[in-house]
Amino acid sequence: MLPACGDNMAAPVRIILEFGGGAELLFDGMKKHHVTLAGQEQPWDIKQLLVWIQRNLLKERPELFVQGDSVRPGILVLINDADWELMGELEYQLQDQDNIVFISTLHGG
Amino acid sequence: MCQVDEEYHDHITRHDAPRASTSCVKCKEACAAVVVRVGDAYCRICFKEFFTHKFRAMLGKTRLVFPGEKVLLAVSGGPSSSSMLALVQEGLSQKAHKKLRFTPGIVYIDEGGAVGLSMEERQKTVTLLQTVFKDTGFPFYIVPLEQVLDLPTSVLVAMPPSHRPSDTYKAAVHHFLQSDSSVCVTSAEQENMASVETSHTLALQRVLSSAQTLTARDELLSTLRQHLLVHKARTEGYSKLMMGDSCTRLAVKLLTSISLGRGAQVAQDTGFSDSRYGDIITVRPMRDYTAKEIAFYNHLFNVSSVATPTLDTKAGDKASIQRLTESFVTKLQVNFPSTVSTIYRTSEKLQTTHRNTPPNQNRDTPPDQHGDACLLCMCTMDASAEKASAFQATLISEELSVLKLHDAPTPNQQRSASVAPCSSSDCGRETNDGRCCSSDQDAAVTDFRALLCYSCQRTVKEMSSVKSLPLYIQSEAQLRHRRIQMKEQIHDFLLEDDDDDDDD
Repeated sequence: MLPACGDNMAAPVRIILEFGGGAELLFDGMKKHHVTLAGQEQPWDIKQLLVWIQRNLLKERPELFVQGDSVRPGILVLINDADWELMGELEYQLQDQDNIVFISTLHGG
Repeated sequence: MCQVDEEYHDHITRHDAPRASTSCVKCKEACAAVVVRVGDAYCRICFKEFFTHKFRAMLGKTRLVFPGEKVLLAVSGGPSSSSMLALVQEGLSQKAHKKLRFTPGIVYIDEGGAVGLSMEERQKTVTLLQTVFKDTGFPFYIVPLEQVLDLPTSVLVAMPPSHRPSDTYKAAVHHFLQSDSSVCVTSAEQENMASVETSHTLALQRVLSSAQTLTARDELLSTLRQHLLVHKARTEGYSKLMMGDSCTRLAVKLLTSISLGRGAQVAQDTGFSDSRYGDIITVRPMRDYTAKEIAFYNHLFNVSSVATPTLDTKAGDKASIQRLTESFVTKLQVNFPSTVSTIYRTSEKLQTTHRNTPPNQNRDTPPDQHGDACLLCMCTMDASAEKASAFQATLISEELSVLKLHDAPTPNQQRSASVAPCSSSDCGRETNDGRCCSSDQDAAVTDFRALLCYSCQRTVKEMSSVKSLPLYIQSEAQLRHRRIQMKEQIHDFLLEDDDDDDDD
């Protein structure tokens, strides 16, 4: 899908975020988060989502969750129960009701 | 121009399209969900098949776990061991294609005390796991790590295998099938965790905090955990201990072990089976799975795992050697997806040659083994390097620097404390004194270190005092030390009792 040009604002996106494998420890132990991303000109992608998470959800130690633009190596991302490698990784554009899961495979979370 | 453009367009779409909606490489129909290796995308169903098949294949190929054998699954609640539990459960169920035929039990070691969790938090985790364990129907044991303080010294001694290692797999299977019929499955469920006294928790914390670096603390914790697991397996009559180390974990462990100076023990530390305890054989059936596969399996098929904080939770990359190695491997893995498998394949090929192994058959008598096994990790000693080695050079330079610091203790006492025979009157005193014959603390440490392999020496060196180690380790150390001394005292009177055991 090409980014919509012009002035039509995309509608807010409601998504479900899940954290597992110890990653939830960085989010006060909360595993599941229902969030609504405000509508903006360009559709939301994973890259923007990561920035949003860092600003709004992450409680501590951001370097343990994100590194550079992407997630920290060792943290898996699943988009609607599929590997994000199949979905375009950081460029994937979020749809309404998407389910994004982050699982840490690192020892001790 | 237009045509050229179109051609390009074609090219690009053809290259990019498969990424978005790849179909499974196996059934070629369903939509792919997991990328197992680069380019190998599996759908849900094929992935499950692939995953469960691998477990059965691993056990079938290695032919080490016999039908009817009692196998203790060490489940920490983490993804890998939870997945192992689910696989065993699946494999034993009636609908399994090729049924597994061993008798499993579960052990969970509650390390909350070591990490500093409150009693409520620990109880919460235990309750969560209990429901999981109860669903399996297997007997389970929930053991607080504090029990390690009350272990008997026999944990540190390798026992002879409970049954003769049979020549053929068939004979072994027969043996187990026969003994199985008589043993009825006792559902000895220890539902409630034995109550833990606060004083015990504090004592355990003291043991761990006496190690100054996280690296040493981590090593110490895993040593204690291992001892407790082996003890539990022995007392409950299990002959195999299944650990859930994944391929990724083992790749990290391999590099960590080498950095920690455990090169000689790496093969045992990371191989499929490990027989250092003699009667209890550790097997690692999950060593073919990457952490990613496990995480996907658990997520897609609702295998619940409980995340419990470990010593290095939320620690930075450089907090310990273990942590640093892990981040090195996972970072490399991002751009070079075959990193883990390359390390892992290497580890498969490693073998330790036992230089000191006497060729005679006497090895199964426990007293013979005390000399060549490390007190802590129970691996073959490697510290007896030749004179002109880097190890000796380090020792000498260490000796010299210690000398400069104290200038009081004579170098002789330092170096040959373990060799120098002491007068018999001193030896008699040592039992009530609780220390080896020389009253000098340094000498006691040196004596103690002589019983350890190189890597465990490093770990102990990080500890403020040898005395903070649990009692069973200290008393076994004294016992071994006394035995060595006695051997030296009577050495002159012995008739050729050297390594080459020529029958008199």
